[in-house]
Amino acid sequence: MAKPKLAVYWAASCGGCDIAILDIEARILDVAEFFDIIFWPVAFDFKYDDVRRMADKSITLTLFNGAIRNDENYEIAKLLRQKSVIMCAFGSCAAEGGIPALANLFDKDAIIDYAFNKAPSVDNANHTVPATRYQVPEGTITIPSMWNTVRSLGQTVDIDYIIPGCPPQSDQIISVVEAVIDIIANGKPLPPKGTVLGATDKSCCDECKRQRNIKKIKNFIRPFEKVLDPDLCLLEQGVVCLGPATRAGCGAKCVSAGVACRGCYGLPANIRDQGAKMASALASVIDSTDPDEINSIIETIPDPIGTFYRFSLAESSLRRVQR
Amino acid sequence: MSFEPRIIGFLCNWCSYTGADLAGTARMKYPPNVMSIRVMCSGRVDPSFILDAFSKGADGVLVCGCHPGDCHYVEGNYKCMRRIPLTRKLIESFGIEKERLRLEWVSASEGGRFQEVIKEFTEQIRALGPLQLKEWKFEPPVESEHMFEVGRA
Repeated sequence: MAKPKLAVYWAASCGGCDIAILDIEARILDVAEFFDIIFWPVAFDFKYDDVRRMADKSITLTLFNGAIRNDENYEIAKLLRQKSVIMCAFGSCAAEGGIPALANLFDKDAIIDYAFNKAPSVDNANHTVPATRYQVPEGTITIPSMWNTVRSLGQTVDIDYIIPGCPPQSDQIISVVEAVIDIIANGKPLPPKGTVLGATDKSCCDECKRQRNIKKIKNFIRPFEKVLDPDLCLLEQGVVCLGPATRAGCGAKCVSAGVACRGCYGLPANIRDQGAKMASALASVIDSTDPDEINSIIETIPDPIGTFYRFSLAESSLRRVQR
Repeated sequence: MSFEPRIIGFLCNWCSYTGADLAGTARMKYPPNVMSIRVMCSGRVDPSFILDAFSKGADGVLVCGCHPGDCHYVEGNYKCMRRIPLTRKLIESFGIEKERLRLEWVSASEGGRFQEVIKEFTEQIRALGPLQLKEWKFEPPVESEHMFEVGRA
């Protein structure tokens, strides 16, 4: 029997998800043993045309990492969807926009202008900016066009499963891969469509080992402003920790290391909007019943929109900044 | 056609909804632009309800609860009192006018106050105009010729 086929693709991403897959160490050999890896731009030299020539639904599993923010990302997402039986959004960017989706706080023109003209490290006297089409003696060169709004994979094509995380933790990848191999090898039923794999339904606080008391906060701080107690809940100490609004599954690694949760595992089950959930959680712990004092405490929260939606802006209720 | 604001009003069961009921039974006139949703407490109004309302076509959101100190659940309205400014800050960061979200305390006996709040808020939203979210829904780009050149040998 032919081996099941596996594809891994990166769209708007940093490559960390691909490294996370390699991070499962010797288990990668089990993956290579069980699957026929037919497409993985980071690791192998396959071409898009190789995928185009394949029959529809001939790829058993596609792990797609990265957000969709240009025509190329979208074209390959559509192509892989067409060729795959199981399309899996792998990592925060594919699942909910991730870091690239913070671009939704600005317009495309403003981003290009900053990156090519205004950034302090840029020396661009001729104000050269990228064009999607350029004429050279040998012919026309084209690059994919960048979008004004960054999208999650699930907003652009139909997806079957989500594996969250920035990047997904290697122990979770191992358990997902083992489960997938078990399902395919033994003909077991697949989990329902839309299931979040490699994570639990609870919040990050559920895995956090720090001690929790009743929280009463008079002002929020940034971590460098104070020596933090290593055993006490970070939120209780005034650091904005996204644990209450983030899915568990990572083993609370950041908080164990003394860094507040940034929310990469995305929404816990039954939550629609990570930022709104975080606003709700923070409002509950502000220690004041005086409107003016409440406002001044809220002012001490550093960058609410960028902090609450660090990984989930593309999937937020409002999607992008409206200006 | 002139613009008629669509406003979602979250009214707490114990004070504001009863206040609205009083305005109704007393036949006080106010604009019909507010669609009321009765909640058990203003503390039940999660910021995600508010963002959801804006994303689904509301031009304004009004949250009404018991006066501070009068909450049926002792401190639900204080939670609301802290949530609304934070949510207002969020919607402002999203580029939506912060005036589109309003918090008012209306007691069960304040039918007249409810009437005034609705009149005033409706006019305020009318002046702000409709809230149109841009690029909310994903529209696939028109397939240009160069899209198919991607990665072609």
